[in-house]
Order: sequence, then C-alpha cells, then structure tokens
Amino acid sequence: MSDTNSPGHPGDGGSGEGSWPEYLTGGQSHGATASGSGAAGPQGRPGRRRVIGTPPPATARTLLAADEGAAGREVARELPAEPENPRKAKTVEKIVASCFIIAALAGFAFLVFYGTIGVGSLNDALHSNLALGGSMGLMFLLLGIGATLWVRHLMPTVEITEQRHPLASTPEARAAFKKTFEEGTEASGFVKRPLIRRSLLIATVPMAVAPLFLLRDLGPLPGTSLDHTVWRKGLRLLVYGTGRPITPAEFNSPGSIISVGPEGYLDDDDAMAKAAVTLIKFRPGELQFTPANHAVPNKVVQNWTVENIVGYSKICTHVGCPAALYEQTTHRILCPCHQSTFDATQGARVIFGPATRALPQLPIGVDSQGYLIALGDFQEPVGPSFWERS
Amino acid sequence: MSVDRALGGVGVWFDDRFHGARGVRVLLRKVFPDHWSFLLGEIILYSFIILLLTGTFLTFWFQPSMTDVIYHGSYLPLRGVRMSEAYASTLNISFDVRGGLLIRQIHHWAADLFMAGIFAHMIRIFFTGAYRKPREVNWLIGIILLTLGMLEGLFGYSLPDDLLSGAGLRILEGVIQSIPLVGTYLAFFLFGGPFPGHDIVPRLYILHVLVIPGLILALVSAHLFIMFYQKHTQMPGKGRTNENVVGAPAYPYFAAKTGAFFFFTFAALAIAATFVQINPIWLYGPFNPVAMSAGSQPDFYMGMLEGALRVMPAWQWVVFGHTFAFNVFIPALLPLGAIFTLAAFWPFLEQWITGDRREHHVNDRPRDRPARTAIGIAVITFYGILWAEGANDLIADHLDVSLYVTTWIARVSVFVGPVLAYIITKRICLGLQRKDAHLLEHGVETGIIRQLPGGEFIEETRPVDEEALAVLTSRTEPPPLPALVAAETEVPPPGMRGTLGKVRERLYNVVTESVPIPEQHANGHGNGHGNGHAIEGNGHAVEGGGHDQESLQAGSTEPGSGDHH
Repeated sequence: MSDTNSPGHPGDGGSGEGSWPEYLTGGQSHGATASGSGAAGPQGRPGRRRVIGTPPPATARTLLAADEGAAGREVARELPAEPENPRKAKTVEKIVASCFIIAALAGFAFLVFYGTIGVGSLNDALHSNLALGGSMGLMFLLLGIGATLWVRHLMPTVEITEQRHPLASTPEARAAFKKTFEEGTEASGFVKRPLIRRSLLIATVPMAVAPLFLLRDLGPLPGTSLDHTVWRKGLRLLVYGTGRPITPAEFNSPGSIISVGPEGYLDDDDAMAKAAVTLIKFRPGELQFTPANHAVPNKVVQNWTVENIVGYSKICTHVGCPAALYEQTTHRILCPCHQSTFDATQGARVIFGPATRALPQLPIGVDSQGYLIALGDFQEPVGPSFWERS
Repeated sequence: MSVDRALGGVGVWFDDRFHGARGVRVLLRKVFPDHWSFLLGEIILYSFIILLLTGTFLTFWFQPSMTDVIYHGSYLPLRGVRMSEAYASTLNISFDVRGGLLIRQIHHWAADLFMAGIFAHMIRIFFTGAYRKPREVNWLIGIILLTLGMLEGLFGYSLPDDLLSGAGLRILEGVIQSIPLVGTYLAFFLFGGPFPGHDIVPRLYILHVLVIPGLILALVSAHLFIMFYQKHTQMPGKGRTNENVVGAPAYPYFAAKTGAFFFFTFAALAIAATFVQINPIWLYGPFNPVAMSAGSQPDFYMGMLEGALRVMPAWQWVVFGHTFAFNVFIPALLPLGAIFTLAAFWPFLEQWITGDRREHHVNDRPRDRPARTAIGIAVITFYGILWAEGANDLIADHLDVSLYVTTWIARVSVFVGPVLAYIITKRICLGLQRKDAHLLEHGVETGIIRQLPGGEFIEETRPVDEEALAVLTSRTEPPPLPALVAAETEVPPPGMRGTLGKVRERLYNVVTESVPIPEQHANGHGNGHGNGHAIEGNGHAVEGGGHDQESLQAGSTEPGSGDHH
C-alpha cells in the first residue's frame, strides 16, 4: 500500500493502532464531514479538521477512483444529509415509525396466535392459518411500506455516476499472462512429455465413466416386464373400492362403468398401475365387431365379452394416465390428462387426441360360481409406447 | 474522534484481519441504476431465499417415504385410508403442525413466484438486449437456472404423493419411456423399476432438497457475482453512456430499497398463502394408479409441456420391431428444447449477423430492434398458445366450446400465430420509430396555433427536452457489413463469401431494418443550441460505435461529464 508515502501517522487519539493506510483516513475524513459538520462549526473550518493527523483526501466526487492521492483539498459532500423538504420529513417520520410499531405489534400478535390457536382439525388449521398468515403478512407489508416511505421521503434523492472500465485486459497484461502461463506449461513438461500427458489422459477415462457404472443398480433392467401384467386365466375381477367379485347379473345397468382389478392385487400399486381395467356394460347391439374397421384389426373378439360387458385396460396408451372419464351417450372413453378419446363400442379405437393405439382389451369370462374372471392376460402391452414394443 | 472509534470496535477487529475498509467502502458506494424492471431479478432472488427458509421448515416434518401407512391424523375424511408416508406426513404438516399449512402454502406460492419472476426477468433481458456482450455468460446461466427451476418445481410438487402429482409422475414416466433406444432403461433406473415403485419419492426428495437447490444456489451466486463485477446495465437517459453507470449508491439507498422490496415480496407471499389456497392435497387424496380427476393441471410453468403433449397428433412409427413414439417425445422435447436452444445461441447469432462485438451497457429500447423484438414476441406467442392448450379442457368448459375445437385451434395457431406475431410486432416497432423520428424532427406539439403573416396557420412546437432527447436518440447502429464497406472491390471480403455469407447478408438486412434517426439539425425551428449540443455528443457516440472501444470511449464521455461533475 501507500503507507510509506503518507504524510503522517502520529497514532494519536489513543488508538495505538500504529500506521493506518491512507484509504482508511480518506474514508474517515469523508465520514467526519458528513456526520460532524455541527461539531466542526465552532472551529470554523468544517471538513478541514484533522482527524488523526492525516490530511483529508484529495477528492470525494470520484472517491472510488482517486481516493489514494492525499493532496489535502476541500472535500465536497456526495450525499446530502437532509431531504429537500424538512417539514414534510417530520410528518413522514411519524408515519414511518407508526408503520414499524404496527409491524412490531403484528409480529407479537403472530407469536401470541402461535401460542393460543391450536391445530388438530380442519377448522382449527384454517383459523390458525388465517391468524398466523394474516399477522405475518401485515408485519412484512408494514415493514415494506415503512422502509419505502423512509427511502422516498426521508433520504435525499441523489444520483451518482461511476465510471466503467473496459473489461478486456490491456495487451500488455495479456502478453504477461501468456508468458507466465507458457513458462508454467514449459516447466511442467506437459507439452514436452507426451508420454506423461497421454497416459494421464488415459487414466482419466475410467474415472469419467465410473460414476455411470455406479448408477447401474438404480433399477432392474426392464426385460419383458412391460409386455405383460399380473392378469392370468381364472383371476376374478374385483371391484375397485369394495374389493368384491362381481357377476354379470349384478352389473346390469347398461351404459355404466366400473373399475376392476385382479384378485389379490388391488392394494398393489405396481400391479394396478398396469392391470387396472374398466368394465363397461352395453345395451344389446351397441358393440360393433366389424372386422372391416382396419384401425383395430381383431381387437374386439366376440367371445371376450360376457353379456355385453367388455373390459378395456384403464391405462391410457398415450402416457399412462388412467383413462377415467366415460361419456354414456357417445360411449367415449376420455383420458383427462391429454384428452385421448377412445370409442368403447369399436374396440376402444382412438378417435381423437395424441394416443396412437386402442386400449387393449382383457379377455373375460365367468367362472363356475358365475363371477367374472379373466381368461388370460392382455394380448398386447398396456400403457404408453416404449422403444422395445413392437 | 479517532478512526478506530468511527469504525467501531467490530469494524477494527475485522479490518485488522480482513483488510476490509477499502473494499467495503467501495461496496457502500456501488451504483445501482434504477428502473422498475430491475426489480424482477430481485423478486427471483427473494423468492429463492424464502423458498430455502420455508423448505427447510418443511423438511423437519416431511417423510420422503412411499411405505404404506394407515392415516390416523386429524383430517377426518381420510382417517383409516391407506396412503404413503409421504402423503400422510404432508397432511400432518398441513393440519397438525402449527404454521405448517401457512409455510407449505408460502413455499408453493414462492415457487410459482420464483418461476414467474424468471420468465419476466428473461423477457426483460431479451427485449432490452441486456444479454449482449459482455453479459452472454449470465444469459446462459439464466437459461440453466430456468431449466433447473422447472425441474425443482416439478420434483417438489411431486413429493406429497397425492393423486394429482402422481399423475404428473405417471406422465413423466410415460415421456421418458417414449425416448428412442434408452427411454425404457432411463424410466426403470429413475423409478427403480416399474411405475410407481417405492423409490421415486425419496430420490426426488434428495434431488429437490439438496442437489438442485445446491446447483441453483451456486449458479445464482455466480450470476450475482458476474452482474456485480460487470456492473448493472442502465436504461438510456441523459448522461448515461456505455462508459458510466448512473444511479443510487448501495448505501443507504439501494440497501433500503431492496430491503423494503424483500419485505414486500415476503408480505405478498404470506398474504397469498393466507387467503388463496394452493395445492390442497387433502382434497385430491392419496395417489392411486386407478383414479384420475378431470381438469387436472400442472403448475403453470409446466403447462406449456402439457399443452404440447395435448396438441400433438397421434403419430407413431413401428420400424423393425421398435416403436418411435413421435406423439410423445416430440412434444415433450422439441418445442421447449428449440426455444432454449434458440435462446442460448441468440446472443452469439446476433453478434455474428451484425458483426457487433462491442460492449453494451446501455439497454436497447425494444422498438429500436424490431427484428429482435418481433422474434421475442413470436416465441412468446408460440409458448403462450401451447401453454393455453395445456388448459384447453378448462377453456372449453368455461367458453362452452368443443374440446376438440380448442385443440384444432391450437394445432393451427401454433404455426400461424408466431408468424403473425412477428409481422405485426415488427410493424409496430417501425411505427414507433417513425413516431420518435417525427418527434425529433418536428418537436412536441404545444397546442398553440399561430397565424403567419401570409395568413397561414401553423401549430407551434417545442423541441423535446434533454432527457427525452437522450432516450430518443439512444439507438446505436450496428457496424456496417464488411461487404458494404468494401463494395467497390468485386471480391467479397472473408466472412461474406459463399452461401453462409449470403445468409448473413440477408439476416443483417432483416435484423438492422429501422427508421433512420433524423439529424439533430432537422430538430430546428430555429431553437435549441443546447439541445443540439446534446444530440451531437450522442450522435458522436452512435457514429463512433462502429470502430471499437477507442472511439466509443472518446465519444460518449462528453455528455456524462457535462451533466454530473
């Protein structure tokens, strides 16, 4: 630093800190003129007071750039101490203080509400939320309003200018850098000794791929698990929600649908994510089994239905949401996520939306006790498309 | 009063150890230019801080576990229901932890405000050209932060394992699965097996509370440091040049203002969380793979992807026993990927087209760059249409139109809309430039009618004031193409040859199309020498622009020094 050039470091004022670099005294002297003009008044030379024996700094207008030249000239204030309108300031001061006081009260209210309003039911939680949030919001709001009024009306408006400097280094600095860097490179021998360089590079290769290997056990390989579900011949269809098997006679309201799952798997989310089935009951003649419908060749097979009941996979073939909406009058199944629409009378073929494939149909029949059962798994993978799916 | 006492004991203690007096003093006087749009970045920062605070609170009670439990808490409708621990603990936070519901809702609102702030901030940066040299790196960091913010938000609202977020995860799984070649494997690795599995919530949890926030924190720090180091841009105005920065000092003005703004941000979030319910997971119920409710919507910043998935026609190939699910991976990856890629390359593309390699610290007015502004509006239109399509079921319901009609409107307008937006925006910008030119040329209408000796009536005008003049003439023209400079020689200069050169020339003409700023002499009606002077200084800066930093510095210090010293 420029300590050695400083005019004087008497170390007076009992500080005993020894020599202060000039930048400190510059800042100090500025502060003295800002805050102590009243105190300096009696001496008749405000701003000229020697603070610790060091002359005031050269300039304060450009104090960021030139504060090290201690030429001892008069320092101009950069920030005025008072706002333009002192009368108004008095009023604003009271308003600001009121804001802060009410904010403090709101803050205390928050603490009180925390202690007094319990939770443990929907209503209590609602009340607690209103009381805590209301007091907290009020507190922050008033702090914000108070601080804003303070800045706008009590701090004098000031605009200062700072110079920018080109970000690019000078050519000399760049040349010096280049030289230093090249010297280091040469000294390291990194360029000169290709054997070291290349062997080091080779050594980094396993280091780079090792993390990828470490991630391998994140999950099992898919294998063919996406191709089938837990449905198999003889599994009863249990109604989702009640968990009870169902007979065709019980499901006798045409136009209605129910969700069913395989016996023993209703609580198994992994299984149900693929095996969920929508059962739809039709009026006689509504189901169309026209093989001419080339969009779904052979998707609806007569003997997969039981008394006009048909079961489709509930998992949308687009990205796998449950296709849960059904429009009775048009027999359309609609997926609420992306609005893929399937015509339930025609093998659930796609009639609108981004899905490309019909909902797979579950072969169903009845067992000896008259309950609906699966005759086997779906004949194709359910759910969204994937690379290995053919 | 001694220096030591003035600094205070603590100050001296620290300065003895860290040599801080000089540096901190510089910080106290750091200049912060003022403009309402500069607050957008602060909104993001404060939302992020609030997210960290509230998020930490939530982790004290949240259980990132998919183990099944039977709920016995105080929310009666769900008592006895089987659910994951994650969902049960979220209910617990909402109904059995004092302030839990409030903090949860502040957290969610803050996430939305964080993302909304990022969008608004980036739009401001783009339209004012604040991404130009030397700030390209901060622009790129911003794009990464936007991406991370989207992931962070998606992962965050997936954690409670409710019905709505479960559907979101299901969609995520379907999208990943659709990626050719590796999709199935990626999905299995992410979910630890088939959907839903038991691993996804704990994995998303650690990503959500540690990995991504850590990255965001690091990048935000870098972002702020770079902004601090390069100094803030400023809006055009009297005395503002590329070599200075004009504004309020950090201490006390900016510190007090920004402190107030932090309070306002927190107040807004607290009030929103108090009075506007967000993500009421207790109404959705726990996740189960069979149920789904109509009208499901993701958080707004994911809406564009949702809309893209909805608008896409059902295209798919099956080739050699493999499925190309164009219907899924194209809308999931292409639109947003294209926007981000274009955004990331734009600063460099613009530099290449215009050949403008100067530093820019004074922001552009959007009208002064018609092509850029038009591209921005076109992209926003494209994004906006897909975003609206993400809620097309609600739109169809509220407007009582067919669901499929809304999709078809989106399918057409997603291509037509941006083109129209581009053309219209460019026209508007050029029109506004003409209006500015008219103001400069003829002055401001005063409403005073005067009769000339010859009997003719004219309206008196006065020249625009200095501040307005500085703004109106703030446009800096890009340097001319080398081809135009060396037009007399037959051989085009390097960089302008071949197809690429032709492309550049055409793009240059598109990007630089503008209405000329009238010469200051035309400002006439015989008045305003002082005015004319100011323009001269500015005009000089404009001309000098072509020839690198030297002349730039020479050109523009004049008005600045005149006004402020």
